Amino acid sequence: MTITTIPPTPLHHGHRVLMKGNEAMAEAAIRAGCDAYFGYPITPQAELLEWMARRMPEESRPFVQAESELGAITMALGAAATGARVLVSSSSPGISLMAEAMSYMAGAEIPMVLVNVMRGGPGLGGIGPSQADYFQATKGHGHGDYRVPVLAPSSIGEAMALMADAFELAEKYRTPVFILADGTLGQAMEPVELHFREPPRLAADWALTGADGRPPRVVKSMHLEPEDLEVHNRHLQAKFAEITAREVRWAGENLDGAELVIVAYGTAARVARTAIARARDDALRVGLFRPITLWPFPSAALAEVAARARGVLVVELSAGQMVEDVRLAIEGRTPVAFEGRTGGMVPTPGEVLDALRRLRGTTAGDAAEPTKEARP
Amino acid sequence: MTTDTPAGARVIFQRPELLADRSTHYCPGCGHGVVHRLIAEVLGELGLGARTIAVAPVGCAVFAYDYIGVDFVEAPHGRAPAVATGIRRVRPDAFVLTYQGDGDLAAIGTAEIIHAAGRGELLTAVFVNNGIYGMTGGQMAPTTLLGQRSTSSPGGREAAFHGYPIPMTEMLAIMPGVAYAARGSVADAPAIGRTKQYLRRACEIQLEGRGFAIVEVISNCPVGWGMTPTESMERLREVVAKEYRPGVIVDRTKEA
Repeated sequence: MTITTIPPTPLHHGHRVLMKGNEAMAEAAIRAGCDAYFGYPITPQAELLEWMARRMPEESRPFVQAESELGAITMALGAAATGARVLVSSSSPGISLMAEAMSYMAGAEIPMVLVNVMRGGPGLGGIGPSQADYFQATKGHGHGDYRVPVLAPSSIGEAMALMADAFELAEKYRTPVFILADGTLGQAMEPVELHFREPPRLAADWALTGADGRPPRVVKSMHLEPEDLEVHNRHLQAKFAEITAREVRWAGENLDGAELVIVAYGTAARVARTAIARARDDALRVGLFRPITLWPFPSAALAEVAARARGVLVVELSAGQMVEDVRLAIEGRTPVAFEGRTGGMVPTPGEVLDALRRLRGTTAGDAAEPTKEARP
Repeated sequence: MTTDTPAGARVIFQRPELLADRSTHYCPGCGHGVVHRLIAEVLGELGLGARTIAVAPVGCAVFAYDYIGVDFVEAPHGRAPAVATGIRRVRPDAFVLTYQGDGDLAAIGTAEIIHAAGRGELLTAVFVNNGIYGMTGGQMAPTTLLGQRSTSSPGGREAAFHGYPIPMTEMLAIMPGVAYAARGSVADAPAIGRTKQYLRRACEIQLEGRGFAIVEVISNCPVGWGMTPTESMERLREVVAKEYRPGVIVDRTKEA
């Protein structure tokens, strides 16, 4: 068996090319100035690692295939502690192993970007596309009181753009940042217009560079005295509050005059878009509210949008996770329905359309009348 | 530190510049302070203080950064060699040192140390083996000797029940990426002197770009062993050193 290597492809800014999501994210990271990549093979993100294995040495930058996801993410922790711009990628079971170091990095305020190309779970689960790690990404991963920004692209082009944004956020706030993709985004190919961006480097007056002409620095998360740890945690919480106030992102489509609103991110939003187009045949006006930051969740914007609609349908590739944040945002003021598939199955536009029809049936003529006055 | 030296006298012993002028949190008689001092001496003598990035473990020695005056990052439990690999790869000019205990290196961090050694990472690994989990209250470690009592092997370690002690440094020494592996001891002044030579050689090997270097230092834990400091040193010399024999285990820089 001969192993053929992929020929070098000149990828020029502004060109339109057909690219696989995993490879596009990898190249976007390189063009965003990623100094080092550490990974471990896992489906459905392996092409990201393979792209880095070929491209990082071409750029004379470090690439290490680690002994495990634990190894990969702690290599990233070490490299990033010196101020390097570092990318790590994995898929769901690997992310569970990386949760340990995510907690350490959040505590020690070490910037890093981690891509999760989600697959179906729990356990080893399957390798089909999934959004079953929403809770993990937005509510926790590791132990302790912390949050990390979670960016959710819904196209390969958007995934490329968000890569540079993710590094920028990570360094601005000294925090790990998640890019939450799914198996479809990682594996599919689609035409993308190449837009590369390398964020400017910030002065890292905390990074470990050797105590040459300055006092030694320590990058750590341990504060054994409860008084000290509480002070540190208050500092972290203030940072999370600032991120929540400033970094919320979402996109709306056809929201003006929409009777019903679908809330969906990533691949689920793509399915929803098709269903929304088909709903026009039913004379059903449906808008799309697509969170781009899953944390911070666009709660205030969604509450405003939902107040003008008769009902909200949440579509996910899960048994229903983001729907909890949607309900928290809406606080019962508008009916919320859910449509989801799990295990690597993707809801069809027809299934979503049926769910829209059911929602219209249950909400027609109910107490949503007064909100009509608020419509523009 | 200032030293007013009377005329005709000369300083033959003083605190190394890279060792903090403060008491440690270690229990009375603990060997960690000795190892810290040796590291501070060697880094100072080799002029490495300003370019060292060290990795602290989880365990009693997590506070190494409070005593050794170089840049430090804290690793998750057992992951110091992986953290150090990341530093090494992005900072080729840095001197990278890891400090781990036996629970950290020989239990939870087995994969990380073996693969860092397998890759031949240019790292200097210091492995302090006192055969017990000190910080959490004296539980059995992978290196705990057969028959040794601990809070999690209260009747003494039995091979049939607990398994055998793991000779990590000998295991690492067979790997081609390991340029140097040695075992020192803090049992007495001659042993400490030899340990310093091993540490110095393990640092020079990194500077020469020869490969991975590890120095295990067998040490004591008077509190965890339930002994006075003097008794613990006696046990280190008479019992532990018979099982974990000090000396150079491999030096591939000489074979080459």
